[in-house]
Amino acid sequence: MKYKSVFDIIGPVMVGPSSSHTAGAARIGRIARKLFGRQPKKAEITFYGSFAKTYKGHGSDVATVAGILDFDTFDLRLKDSLQIAKDLGIDIVINTSEELTGHPNTSRIRLSDDEKDVEVVGVSIGGGKIEVTKLNGFAFQLGFDTPTLMVLHEDRFGMIAGVAKVLTQHKINVGLMEVSRHDRGSRALMAIETDSVVLPEVLEEIGNIPYIFDVSLLSLQ
Amino acid sequence: MFRNVAELVELAESQGKKISQVMIEAEMEVSQRTRETILTDMYTNLDVMEKAVRRGLTEDIRSHSGLTGGDAKKLQEYMRTKPFLSGPTLLNAVSMSVAVNEVNAAMGTIVATPTAGACGIVPGTLFAVSDKLKPTREEMVNYLFTAGAIGYCIANNAFISGAAGGCQAEVGSATSMAAAAIVEMAGGTPEQSAQAVAIALKNMLGLVCDPVAGLVEVPCVKRNAMGAAIATVAADMALAGIKSVVPTDEVIEAMYRIGCSMPTTLKETAQGGLAATQTGRQIEAKIFGVQLEKK
Repeated sequence: MKYKSVFDIIGPVMVGPSSSHTAGAARIGRIARKLFGRQPKKAEITFYGSFAKTYKGHGSDVATVAGILDFDTFDLRLKDSLQIAKDLGIDIVINTSEELTGHPNTSRIRLSDDEKDVEVVGVSIGGGKIEVTKLNGFAFQLGFDTPTLMVLHEDRFGMIAGVAKVLTQHKINVGLMEVSRHDRGSRALMAIETDSVVLPEVLEEIGNIPYIFDVSLLSLQ
Repeated sequence: MFRNVAELVELAESQGKKISQVMIEAEMEVSQRTRETILTDMYTNLDVMEKAVRRGLTEDIRSHSGLTGGDAKKLQEYMRTKPFLSGPTLLNAVSMSVAVNEVNAAMGTIVATPTAGACGIVPGTLFAVSDKLKPTREEMVNYLFTAGAIGYCIANNAFISGAAGGCQAEVGSATSMAAAAIVEMAGGTPEQSAQAVAIALKNMLGLVCDPVAGLVEVPCVKRNAMGAAIATVAADMALAGIKSVVPTDEVIEAMYRIGCSMPTTLKETAQGGLAATQTGRQIEAKIFGVQLEKK
């Protein structure tokens, strides 16, 4: 079931005109921003499919940039995002691609500054709901409806067990889990949706496990 | 959790509950949230919808492109001054549906139901039917849960976006959702709500998504108008006891298959249909300086 909640259907509250091309586009931008963790210096956005053909009419560019500025779908500043980004000195580059993708509404967002960069590929599946299909090259299928624990680690034995052990100690049940790696023995990324709140001390505890490089909690809420 | 309309109706009828109540309980189970917090969120949605209806009917709404706005008011003025032909509830539903979609086109605040392109139909019919039936505020919120339950079934068994399944997936879904909710508010059974869904959606099958210049304006606003009309009439038909020969879930499946075989040019790419007419192309060139996509 792709749609889990009645509020996926009656909602979101949003600035028009399109739930997939405006609200969904904004949410993909916002996930990229949350993954990056701070205001980027540069944002490169590539639109595919219907996004590429109609982004000007639907304001998908404006919405994506609003998401990158960490605005929610109903934030009235959304309309002025391009100017706000300019005033903040964020360099915005927008491209379109003819490349065929799995879903007609796909965008690729690359955020960077002098120290780091992240790349997110997301699809807007309808009604404002999104799925992230790639995070820094790792293949996923994540909706981020609920806070999702992201653990970057070395691809080696015992990593899943190590994380699971900490969650068990804190009585946190796992609702959904995906693991993706670049190559065998290289880096891997774990994504875990939990049924209860993951407190900062749990994140810290997981971060202290050997061979774990980074832990974060990512959510659209 | 129910997986399709048949299961939803079975759940409701076997427990002697309304569709809205089944939806609220399913939401409580899935989200592990309390009834109160879920209702509070839906009341917020109802408030946003009410504001959008009021704005569309009273303010001078005009989209950035200038293509849409003002028709909701025009229809209200016509109803005040002329001996209109269709009934007041129907025309109110049409005008309120247009009002919300005009607000959306002007980048105003709306609730996606299930999408922004189709955001007029559920609130438009809700407030028009409420004028006649005088429901409590809680019954109005229940309307949204019933609509949501049907949308949930359609979204998980077919699609709700124009890019994936054409306008039948957007305005078609919204129309079916509204039809079911009207039936419940008018005192119909869950089975009658399901029949209203089938009757409404059958009349939306094959509808393509062909927005002029890629804007959610032409023909979206007028399709929201007719969606509201179809929803209201479909609800009346179901309440009269008329049944769809093809069961509701099979109609939804047909919508899915039609959407899958629909060419990309007719799925929100502004490459075919009304977008590709001479006027559509002229408007596109005027707004963007160049055509979005060459013929």
